[in-house]
Amino acid sequence: MMPTTMKIASVIMLTLVVLPCFGFWMGGLSLPAVKWLALAGTVGWFAVTPIWMGRPTGTEQTASGD
Amino acid sequence: MFPHPPLFFHRFEVAKTRMTDDSSDAGGEYEREPVPESALLGSGKFWGMYAGEHAAGTEFMIGPLFLAAGASLSDLLIGLLLGNFLAVLTWRFLVTPIAMAKRLTLYYQLERIAGVSLVKFYNLVNGLLFCFLAGAMVTVSASAVGVPFGITFDVPDAMFGLSNGSFTGLVVIVGVVIAVVAAGGYDRVAKFANLAAPWMIAVFAACGIVSLGQMNLTTAASLAEGRFWSDAITFVQDKNGAQSFEFWQIVVFAWLCNGAMHFGMADLSIFRFAKHKASGWAPSIGMFLGHYMAWIAAALMLAALIKIQPALALGPDGKVTANPGLLAYESLGWAGIICVVIAGWTTANPTIYRAGLAFQGVIPGSARAAMTLVAGAIATVAGAFPNLSAQLLGFVGVYGTVLGPMGAVIFVDFYLMKRFGLRDDYAHHSKTTANLAVLIAWLLPVAVGLYLIYWRGLFAAYAVLPCWIACGIIYIVLSKLTQSTTELAMAADGAATSTMENQ
Repeated sequence: MMPTTMKIASVIMLTLVVLPCFGFWMGGLSLPAVKWLALAGTVGWFAVTPIWMGRPTGTEQTASGD
Repeated sequence: MFPHPPLFFHRFEVAKTRMTDDSSDAGGEYEREPVPESALLGSGKFWGMYAGEHAAGTEFMIGPLFLAAGASLSDLLIGLLLGNFLAVLTWRFLVTPIAMAKRLTLYYQLERIAGVSLVKFYNLVNGLLFCFLAGAMVTVSASAVGVPFGITFDVPDAMFGLSNGSFTGLVVIVGVVIAVVAAGGYDRVAKFANLAAPWMIAVFAACGIVSLGQMNLTTAASLAEGRFWSDAITFVQDKNGAQSFEFWQIVVFAWLCNGAMHFGMADLSIFRFAKHKASGWAPSIGMFLGHYMAWIAAALMLAALIKIQPALALGPDGKVTANPGLLAYESLGWAGIICVVIAGWTTANPTIYRAGLAFQGVIPGSARAAMTLVAGAIATVAGAFPNLSAQLLGFVGVYGTVLGPMGAVIFVDFYLMKRFGLRDDYAHHSKTTANLAVLIAWLLPVAVGLYLIYWRGLFAAYAVLPCWIACGIIYIVLSKLTQSTTELAMAADGAATSTMENQ
């Protein structure tokens, strides 16, 4: 449950990096706002993602699996 | 959602880097034996690894160089598409079948064919080239670190000219930090690289979208018109002089910029773990994210800077300079700067680590940490000359020209030697430490290729494929002339006697 929540949080952080750019591209957001949101997404990504990424799963422990 | 397997990636890296470790299967990496069925891996692992590996610091440098070199937008979009597709086909149909049939590392296969001494020489060359590649990363990272401090990134005219004093000092600091971290070990850097990879890809995409917005390219018509691109090229050529970068140069560059990995067979060490042939398609994610989307996004950053703040695009000498740190900062602020630093660092670190291991293999008994520091020192010196990273389009072609032909030796040995009545794995069977046929077949075309590149002005990537083919032909001809049946028989007798004595 915990890793799933954290994975969703990571996706949200990546969305914070990319999605506001479309807002700027379409004229709905200012560039400074985009830059701050991208920074927030960056900090969030590096805060949240290490919690779940890199933990060996059962598949990796047996070094096989598809 | 993000298939990044750090443990698996680490295994790949160890396999790729522990080139001359003579210990048998130390740490379960199957360095001197075929990968067993139980250790094979599914396709998903390969997709994850390639996605991260090809979104690197160099992409920030290479993308703007296309624009600076005068490539037209349509040529770039179609040329990169075709070149990357050819690269994927090469991985799938050249590397994967041999990797899955033999399931050995490149270095062990080469040792069996060329002999241990020749592999050490190959490692030395490989290590030096790694150092120059890492040097470009150091330059890229330093360019980003310098932005908040107002340190400019000047590219002098001379190939071995230094930038301004502040930037050179910054390169030294960044280089020392990277070298010390690399000397401390590989694990943490590899894990951090995996962690950063999806975010870096997102930042590349974000920078490209912001650049389009900065240029007010909000409709398909304005994009298709391509005026922003041609205006940027005109600006660059006014300042830097006329240059051209034709369609086929783009195609061949995109195809062969990783020539050492596919034509050179370095990725045999990766695909030996493949359970299915379909894993051979995995490089497509790296090519189309890193070598298509990221390159185009990085080129758009320079086009946007030229349109919005042309003065910022100029160095003190009045020429347009692709400063990766500044470009990313103008597009995405601090997130962009952090991305350039991390992209440069996570690429330079393993590269220096690999170079250190290559040097360690050449000097038996030397400490890995010491050799890593030597590699770091060479990379730092290389990074202090900004023109080396500004010449990255040429350098990666040279890299493929020098290392690629060894892949032809593997190819010929696998497919053709027995058909021509010759012994495969000749060094292994004849107990020689340096197979002269391989040495000459490798160095002769490479020498001609380097002559044509440096003295005749040949576009470097054009030399990769002819050198590869020439190497394969020369190897088979020389093998026909030099393979001694007597030598093989004596080696076989010796092995038989040894076996009987042991019994």
